Amino acid sequence: MTVDASLAGRTFPPTPPYPVSRERIEEFARATGSTYDGGAAPATFPIVVAFGAMTALMEDESVGIALHRVVHGEQRFTYTRPVVAGDVLTATLTVDTLRQIGGADILGTRSEITDQDGRPVCTAFATLVHRGEESA
Amino acid sequence: MNTGDVLPEQTYTVTRADLVRYAGASGDRNPIHWSDRVATSVGLPGVIAHGMFTLALAARALDTWAGATGRVRELGCKFTKPVVVPDDDTGVDVVVRGTVSNVTDEGVQVALEVTCRGEKVLGMPRAVLARG
Repeated sequence: MTVDASLAGRTFPPTPPYPVSRERIEEFARATGSTYDGGAAPATFPIVVAFGAMTALMEDESVGIALHRVVHGEQRFTYTRPVVAGDVLTATLTVDTLRQIGGADILGTRSEITDQDGRPVCTAFATLVHRGEESA
Repeated sequence: MNTGDVLPEQTYTVTRADLVRYAGASGDRNPIHWSDRVATSVGLPGVIAHGMFTLALAARALDTWAGATGRVRELGCKFTKPVVVPDDDTGVDVVVRGTVSNVTDEGVQVALEVTCRGEKVLGMPRAVLARG
């Protein structure tokens, strides 16, 4: 199975709105050994929303990705502001780049994460490595 | 923080229980992070930590160094080596080190080094903190 070559440049529909509660932030903070003081969520919290967008991409049958062959190669966040309780977040994923190296497809993805007013909160860049049959 | 400052090393112990908790909190339920059977079937030595869990530990160190949450403006890394987490009560230590590489109007650039069992597990981990 190979990834559809026309994927580069494609933007996927926004993920369903994700309401950020105090409990959600607290659970995430506790799971990473951090403390939640009622203010900013931990810096990597937006991965919860970005992960939803990446999962939708990987489960889209027109894309041609086999989930168990995917490795998370790289992750980067740039923040406009920290996530706080009360935010309702949506991620819109675009495949920026698609390269083939040694039988693997390397997908450069960008998820723009916005709040309920459509204002930017953070951008999550993920590189996903999809290993082909022969290199697996 | 000034250019060249070496930030106090942070050591975090990671156990299987932490990975289960993180899987629930993050929504990443990939079995390579909780099942030895699945992990070894794809060629891993055993259950490994989520790469994003390790990056979250780096973010935790940044909050400690900044003395507050919500100061991270940029954060990123490559996931280069797996953190193998044993099925015992001791777990494994992840060590986060940081050096201030530059201070500009945009913020404080921090070069990180994240190691486990003496080996770097993240590639080029770096962050930018808002200036306090």
